[in-house]
Amino acid sequence: MQSGMVVRLVALVGFLLPAIAMAAQPITTFRLGNGMEVVVIEDHRAPVVTHMVWYRTGAADEPWGHSGIAHFFEHLMFKGTDDIPEGAFSKIVAENGGQDNAFTSWDYTGYFQRIAADRLDLVMKMEADRMRDLVLNERVVATERDVILEERNSRTDNDPGALFQEQMRAALYMNHPYGVPIIGWRHEIEALGLPEALAFYRRFYAPDNAILVVAGDVAPDEVRRLAEIHYGPLEPSGNPADARPQEPPQLAARRIEMRDARVRQPYVMRHYLAPAYDPADPGTAAALTVLAKVLGQGITSRFAQQIEIADRVAVSTGAFYSDTARDAVPFTVFGVPAPGRTLAEVEAALDAEIARIIAEGPTAEELERIRRKTRTDLIHARDDVGGLARVYGAALAVGLSTEDVDRWPDVVDAVTAEDVRAAAERWLVPARSVTGYLMGAEGEAG
Amino acid sequence: MGAMRILVRAGGALAAMVWLAAMPAAAIEIEEVTSPGGTVFWLVEEQAIPLVAVEISFAGGARLDPADRPGLANMMAALLEEGAGDLDATAFAKARDELAARFGFGAGRDSVTVGARMLTEGLDRSAALLATALASPRFDAEAVERVRGQILSGLAADQTDPNAVASRLWFARAFEGHAYARDADGTIEGVSAITRDELVAAHGRLLSRKAATVAVVGAVDAARAGALVDAILGGLPEGARPEVAPAPETPPAGIAIEELDVPQSVAIFGQKGLPRDHPDYIPAYVMNHVIGGGGFSSRLMEEVREKRGLAYGVYSYLANYDGADLILGSVQTANERIAESLEVIRTEWRRVAEEGIPEDDLERAKRYLTGAFALRFDSNAKIARFLVGAQEENLGLDYINIRNDLIEAVTVEDIRRVSKLLDPQGLSIVVVGKPAGL
Repeated sequence: MQSGMVVRLVALVGFLLPAIAMAAQPITTFRLGNGMEVVVIEDHRAPVVTHMVWYRTGAADEPWGHSGIAHFFEHLMFKGTDDIPEGAFSKIVAENGGQDNAFTSWDYTGYFQRIAADRLDLVMKMEADRMRDLVLNERVVATERDVILEERNSRTDNDPGALFQEQMRAALYMNHPYGVPIIGWRHEIEALGLPEALAFYRRFYAPDNAILVVAGDVAPDEVRRLAEIHYGPLEPSGNPADARPQEPPQLAARRIEMRDARVRQPYVMRHYLAPAYDPADPGTAAALTVLAKVLGQGITSRFAQQIEIADRVAVSTGAFYSDTARDAVPFTVFGVPAPGRTLAEVEAALDAEIARIIAEGPTAEELERIRRKTRTDLIHARDDVGGLARVYGAALAVGLSTEDVDRWPDVVDAVTAEDVRAAAERWLVPARSVTGYLMGAEGEAG
Repeated sequence: MGAMRILVRAGGALAAMVWLAAMPAAAIEIEEVTSPGGTVFWLVEEQAIPLVAVEISFAGGARLDPADRPGLANMMAALLEEGAGDLDATAFAKARDELAARFGFGAGRDSVTVGARMLTEGLDRSAALLATALASPRFDAEAVERVRGQILSGLAADQTDPNAVASRLWFARAFEGHAYARDADGTIEGVSAITRDELVAAHGRLLSRKAATVAVVGAVDAARAGALVDAILGGLPEGARPEVAPAPETPPAGIAIEELDVPQSVAIFGQKGLPRDHPDYIPAYVMNHVIGGGGFSSRLMEEVREKRGLAYGVYSYLANYDGADLILGSVQTANERIAESLEVIRTEWRRVAEEGIPEDDLERAKRYLTGAFALRFDSNAKIARFLVGAQEENLGLDYINIRNDLIEAVTVEDIRRVSKLLDPQGLSIVVVGKPAGL
């Protein structure tokens, strides 16, 4: 995920959130009087806790022309408050044997600490403090802007593949802010300053726009008691985000070609615009999830079997769909040509498999394999309570409920072969797509 | 590296927020078990979830690659799950998914590593499948060519990835003439030339019971775990632990530049370190934490990022290979300002070499290191990886219990002694990009 979630949580594109969710670990949910939602996930194997606060605000909620302010602001949250000296936040966490970090996506911004369970009170107090009482000045903003420009260099400008991903999304979204990179366009980052940061903060950082997730060696009653002490008194802002601009009907297949002298391994990628998980119609997201797995995940997938193994047109292929979002998301396919093969040949091979699944749908065996894997993935997920915290946090942050997460295996179980076929026919439509070729300075023309 | 961070002097207000009590030690019971077949391994029984994690490291790895076949161990490891026994690659994947098992295979300079996560339901069948992959990989022509194509594709992309170029250059320069000079992934020439016979030979040479270090964590008792380990390793020859050829001790001082047309230069810096079994290793570890190992609390982060905005990330770490011990670090800064970053890093290196580390910095480092130790043990998979590392380094069964005491015992005098190791002028530095002023 190029500058997807800007941090350590990074998975590759299309890591499917609900598919790894659901634990036998006890999960408790409640809501504070000021509107803050709380999720507690118990895991008593180690005396450790993960404490996270998620804001339902991300890069897609930025004022137009101020791209990058959500992520920029995430950095500034570590600067200091009326109670915590400038630069001391992470230091206090570290001196208590904890680790902390944060991440920004299009739909949300999250802050977390991993620490001994008996320090929960401390990190909660500090996190609550900076929700409303951050103190900023021009100097820290200016230095941090330099840091973020270097971050953009590291993540994006030094990597032609990342630049290509940025161009692909910008071409896919004609109107929706998901087409703007999370880290921001360089010229707009350069123009961000203290006024933009403070406006963003006052508007979005409030308990009624936040979700608390606590996972680990904790008791729900104790979490509630501490949350009421630290987060309970915070004033809600009553100031939800504006409705985002939505996509108009997409009527024209778009194609982009990018050449960069640094590219040594060309590839072709296509995004289709597809719906995100909708609680009123979870079956569509489930069918698209199954479709991505049948087409392009693992050696048993159709792309691998036909394009890599049988025809040897590509050395690598894939299909991804990540449904945990507020608005329409990319359904992505890609292929890396084998030596002597062209991007056009790979594209044609991908198209042939897409046409085949639209015609025939998946087999019963494919469907059963994926259903089974969806269930067993949940057992594996239980070994990573921090991962579970991220799954539930992300789901709630985009407007879903813990029940939406928990019922996922049942929703997948209910998907029929015809559902998958129909989803392919309905959503893998050229007019709603952008196809990109990433190429070196010379060589194959598109 | 995370998104933001800090570290400034602590004011009086926050002293009250810091507990001074020692952190709880990790509450983990490690058993040393000898399997019926004679393999000694470490076990942590954890019945809370119906999973078993098995971690295996086979000593040797890429350093045993023939000089003209760099990448052989890596390619062999990548092919272990691409067909074994009477299953081709696809049938193997289906069998693995049917059991809901997860296997990972890799190779580094010193080892071939195997990580397995298996459900207790069907555990014997999962173990048998893994055993087949380890003992009877097929190296089918289709799989060999497919995996070769994937590796070559990655190697091609690495040619213009400044991080990959910098890493290769650093090791090539530091270990000229030694196997460590080569990247474990190999080269386009080497990987292109690998034959099936060479893969078969590498498999026979690299995977053996004597070379294996094993850990098991999960819902199995000692008897069951012993049988499990024998089932997984049973098909392998007894073999022997490979010899280690000592590498050149001191990387060459000075800066080597490789031009690459990118806006931001990537620098890797390093110097000689201390062996893991050296009596001053723990003080050196604590010292490095203060310099560049402590993330947002490190001096490098403070000076390079927080004060000057020169980089998103900067860090250093102790790197211990079987035949070489290093302190390594990296920073990425725009071409116009990379010289400044390197000067700041050298200055911090020199400051610790000359002044050591004051008591309050040492205490803060200890509080973090002792408190955060427990964070390494919150999943079966993480515990299994730790147990393999602890065995490979001969740390002893009780290390997990005494480790925090070892950290607590470090004094400013200890740090002053090990700080003489730091050699700011001797730093071996590579820079990839279009750096100005170097």
